[in-house]
Amino acid sequence: MMMNGKDDYIIEVNHVSMCFNAAKEKVDNFKEYIIRLATRKLYFDEFWVLNEISFKVKYGEVLGIVGYNGAGKSTLLKIIAGVMKPSKGSVIRKGSMAPLIELGAGFDMDLSARENIYLNGAILGHSRKYISDKFEQIIDFSELHSFIDMPLKNYSSGMTARLGFAIATITEPDILIIDEILAVGDFKFQQKCHDKISSMLDNNTTVIIVSHSIDQIESLCTHAIWLENGDIKLMGDAKNICKQYRLS
Amino acid sequence: MLIQPIKNFNKYRFLLQELVLRDVKLKYRRSVLGIFWSLLNPLLTMTVITIIFSQLFRFDVPNYHLYILTGIVLFSFHSEATTSAMNSILNNSGLIKKVYIPKYILVFAKTASSLVNLGFSVIAIFVILLFSDVKFTLINLMFPLPLLYLFIFATGIGLILSVYTVFFRDLAHLYTVGLTAWMYLTPIIYPIEIVPEKFHFIVKTINPLYYFLLCFREIILYSQPPSLQLHFSCLSIALFTFIVGLYVFFKNQDRFILHI
Ligand SMILES: Nc1ncnc2c1ncn2[C@@H]1O[C@H](COP(=O)(O)OP(=O)(O)OP(=O)(O)O)[C@@H](O)[C@H]1O
Ligand SMILES: [Mg+2]
Repeated sequence: MMMNGKDDYIIEVNHVSMCFNAAKEKVDNFKEYIIRLATRKLYFDEFWVLNEISFKVKYGEVLGIVGYNGAGKSTLLKIIAGVMKPSKGSVIRKGSMAPLIELGAGFDMDLSARENIYLNGAILGHSRKYISDKFEQIIDFSELHSFIDMPLKNYSSGMTARLGFAIATITEPDILIIDEILAVGDFKFQQKCHDKISSMLDNNTTVIIVSHSIDQIESLCTHAIWLENGDIKLMGDAKNICKQYRLS
Repeated sequence: MLIQPIKNFNKYRFLLQELVLRDVKLKYRRSVLGIFWSLLNPLLTMTVITIIFSQLFRFDVPNYHLYILTGIVLFSFHSEATTSAMNSILNNSGLIKKVYIPKYILVFAKTASSLVNLGFSVIAIFVILLFSDVKFTLINLMFPLPLLYLFIFATGIGLILSVYTVFFRDLAHLYTVGLTAWMYLTPIIYPIEIVPEKFHFIVKTINPLYYFLLCFREIILYSQPPSLQLHFSCLSIALFTFIVGLYVFFKNQDRFILHI
């Protein structure tokens, strides 16, 4: 890969801040809008979820992100994946990416699994031909051979999750972004997911992973970041961060 | 500066296809008559209106039933396309929060699905044309042009509506009312000649649909190639609306996430 000294960061997160609207009643109708405009109350309840986050990830690094619920981990991943634009700051990303953040986004419950594979694949930016080529692989991995023409509304949630995982992992990306999705399916499928991720790691893929399982972060990651209330509390070697996080 | 969006569109054009395919499939999958509804619907409406109005008002329009049918088909397309495009961002809020996709694809998918339905309705027009005394000439084959203009125009309107509906939900209700007014301002069942001269400007200047409809009718009903000037008016109105739509959309799309 492009391993020349200057260019050896694959992801750069520069002063990223994210602000959501925490107004209890969002102003989304004209009456409200006019009243607020007249009374000069047309404000936006700012709610800063991330504050000035900066870090860089090198090629082949496996970065873990830990933190309590609501710390902003998923939001950060979504910003890196380009799902949302940060309110301030920027993200530079080089190379192809597979986001395993929300699996099966855009599944249509009225369509069969077969049709959903094409739909979800297209949502992830694949062409029809590419999905056709990988079709067998997706079915094999998800082990849903006999249910392939059943509408998705008749699937169990575990089966839907299997399908989502199988579609999301057909690519061989440069960057893999994982948000707590390894807890899907039964224990056998979980094992399979782990093996899949591990094999992707062996391919020198750069990975950012969010997990509440400290053991997982400790065993998989080289580096780690501890997020607390939208700030980086600690950053560095994974073993060290996990030790401190456990003590907290 | 323009290369990046074009590359991106190229990558996601399969998504556009899949979304349209899904809409069309789901629309027709469960009904017995399926696709024929798109043919039957305008025909039935035409029959009802023709019977009522040819008894009541007796407008002096040759081939009055075809005059009505063309009006109904085009206006229904416009109304269906803009309304479904208007709701496309809100209805897909789950998707927008979860993955990156170019959001305008969602709007395009809705107007394109309506265009497919329009295709079936146009078949109905040609069926009626065969049984009327309108001469079928090669000029009739120009019919896709005004439909293309209208499609571009409706997509532009859809883009603008989809943005402001995210910020003001009331717009959805207002637009329903607006569409009714728009329908009466469009010469669908009445000929423009019955409108008093001094009100022509309302129909002609502030209602672009008039030009698309005129262009379509000249081709289908009167087998007359529309003047270059009419083509130019239609195309410039369509492109102008479309570009404004894209501008408004791109300007606001990053704020959707805060309001959906
Ligand atoms: N679309 C949104 N609108 C408003 N607030 C949001 C939105 N998305 C997230 N938030 C808020 O941002 C904060 C961080 O959320 P986030 O999902 O990033 O947390 P997290 O670290 O992933 O938590 P968890 O461990 O529970 O997954 C939360 O307080 C949440 O309420
Ligand atoms: Mg989360």
